[in-house]
Amino acid sequence: MSFAFYVIAALAVAGGLAAILLKNTVHCALALTVAFAGLAMMFLELDAQFAGFAQILVYVGAVAILIVFAILLTRNAETPKDGVYSKNWFVGLVIAAAVFAVLGWAVLHSMRVLPHETAVPAVTVLDIGNALMGRYVLPLEIVALLLTAALIGAVIVAMHEKERAK
Amino acid sequence: MIENADQIFVLLKHWAVGFLPAGWQGIAGVILSVVAILVVFPSLFAVAVWMERKGLARMQNRIGPNRVGPIGLLQPIADAVKSLTKEDIVPLRADAVVHFMAPVALVVVVFMGIAVLPMGRNMTFVSMDAGLLFFFAMGASTELSVFMAGWSSRNKYSLLGAMRGVAQMISYEVPLLMSSVAVVMITGSLSLDKIVEAQNQYTWGLPHWYIFTPWGLAAFLMYATAATAETNRSPFDLPEGESELVAGYFTEYSGFKWALFFLGEYVGMLSISGLGTTLFLGGWSSPFAFLGWVPSWFWFFSKVMMSIAVFIWIRGTLPRLRQDQLMNFAWKFVIPFTLLDLAVAALWRFMSDGWARWVVCSAILLLAYALMGGVSMSRKHLGLRTYRYAE
Amino acid sequence: MNPLAGYLLVAALLFAIGLAGALTRRNAILVLIGIELMLNAANLNLIAFWRYGPHPEALTGMMFAIFSIAVAAAEAAVGLGLVISIYRHAKTTDLDAMNRMKG
Repeated sequence: MSFAFYVIAALAVAGGLAAILLKNTVHCALALTVAFAGLAMMFLELDAQFAGFAQILVYVGAVAILIVFAILLTRNAETPKDGVYSKNWFVGLVIAAAVFAVLGWAVLHSMRVLPHETAVPAVTVLDIGNALMGRYVLPLEIVALLLTAALIGAVIVAMHEKERAK
Repeated sequence: MIENADQIFVLLKHWAVGFLPAGWQGIAGVILSVVAILVVFPSLFAVAVWMERKGLARMQNRIGPNRVGPIGLLQPIADAVKSLTKEDIVPLRADAVVHFMAPVALVVVVFMGIAVLPMGRNMTFVSMDAGLLFFFAMGASTELSVFMAGWSSRNKYSLLGAMRGVAQMISYEVPLLMSSVAVVMITGSLSLDKIVEAQNQYTWGLPHWYIFTPWGLAAFLMYATAATAETNRSPFDLPEGESELVAGYFTEYSGFKWALFFLGEYVGMLSISGLGTTLFLGGWSSPFAFLGWVPSWFWFFSKVMMSIAVFIWIRGTLPRLRQDQLMNFAWKFVIPFTLLDLAVAALWRFMSDGWARWVVCSAILLLAYALMGGVSMSRKHLGLRTYRYAE
Repeated sequence: MNPLAGYLLVAALLFAIGLAGALTRRNAILVLIGIELMLNAANLNLIAFWRYGPHPEALTGMMFAIFSIAVAAAEAAVGLGLVISIYRHAKTTDLDAMNRMKG
């Protein structure tokens, strides 16, 4: 395992931990952005350039900003005075630890049968384009419909109350 | 000889790197290229700052800086010394970590975008298969630093400027990408090197630059509009409206951090002009076939500096747009027009070479422009001016 | 250690962190942040298996991840719209205070 992998993995995990542990909500959103950037670098390490750049463009460039706007619009920008963890935080922690234990056990026990091709896949953007227009054209069109529906739905959900309040 | 002049930087790099043992040559080459970029682009930034101050001054019927050097040529150096020696004030209740990281994030991301631009023949720092996507990914990351700057200052005006800035940058991200998608569709590749090579051909001595095609001209105009909005330049500079929000999202920055924001904004302008010249103006290819002996990097940098001059010209000429006018313009005119342009570019590719496709594509675009412009202007009743007194 | 196992462990860790965040924090937006972390961990899993598995030229893993990114963006938009709508009604985003069905 290369040194770069450990550094990037540490960055992503640190970003994720900071995103759920910090008190100020905007700090959590910015730590989440660091986690996204770390994950994009991991995609690049795995020779998936298109997925890595799409991750930065979509997640860092749009989803992180969306989260930040929502935080500001719901007046969560100050550090909350009472606690940030819910009443049943211990149960949540135990469940998450159990999930990690199960997944970790599954990975470590199947290390002998995991595939490990070391040849770098020679995938160009042209191949991705051909696949999108050939084999995956139906998911592409369905995702287009889904995004349109989500756009209209988000506008209606966020707009409805304002009209009724008038 | 001509070949040597064109490739002089590449040859210099190979010669310099040849002094080191074979294991170190790769990384030494990379470091040398990085140092070259870090020297060239801030020098271009200094030239652009001088051009802006003198050019804007002349357009506003005044002289501009003329004390520091012959015609004020050393003014950027004086500005640099001033900003480096000013006291660095951080507001008491500002969020110190985020306040520090915002200009750093901006400058890092903006310089990373330059890495994929083909600055001459064989002179791309990183020649990537998905180079255009990388550039746009870096462009999308600048929005977050604008927000960080505005929010961490704990200043209502900064936050307002930052929110306006981010809303504007997100809205104009879509036409920026859509106008480049037309170019990608015709070229068939996301790699910026291939896009320049596709434009490097000549018919009757005139080049095949995409700006000289109907869909290319429309896409270039939309790209230029979106690029002006993305870099928060006038007429879209409401986020840093100097007469309204003091300095918008970087009000609370002083000294070196402000200089970093300034640097980030101008180098962002340089890199987005660089992408515009690569996509539409032919990158490093020369305008006429008989001028092919001039080095390719000269053409690239002169095209970029001419784009900067046009940016400055527009700043001195047009009034500022209001926030809702700006957003209306983006979503109701520019985006539909870029979608139509994409369809017209497909039609161009579909029709065979000849005068027919020029006429049809130009007719469709001009008709659409007239119709959409007519519709959006029809609600403006430019009648007699009336006054309402405060009583 | 197998390189694929390393990536899978990192993905499992990120998933567990996201799950912990979604289950223990009070603010609705932080629950959404946890969900986004979980989606990203699943994407990492997909790309890791694509890279180290047989037939990477079939692009199945990468396509799946790209569609997952698109769907996650749409879901974040709708989820945040819902959070804003709930805030307008209940004047708070505290999930512990919203524990009854009566509006």
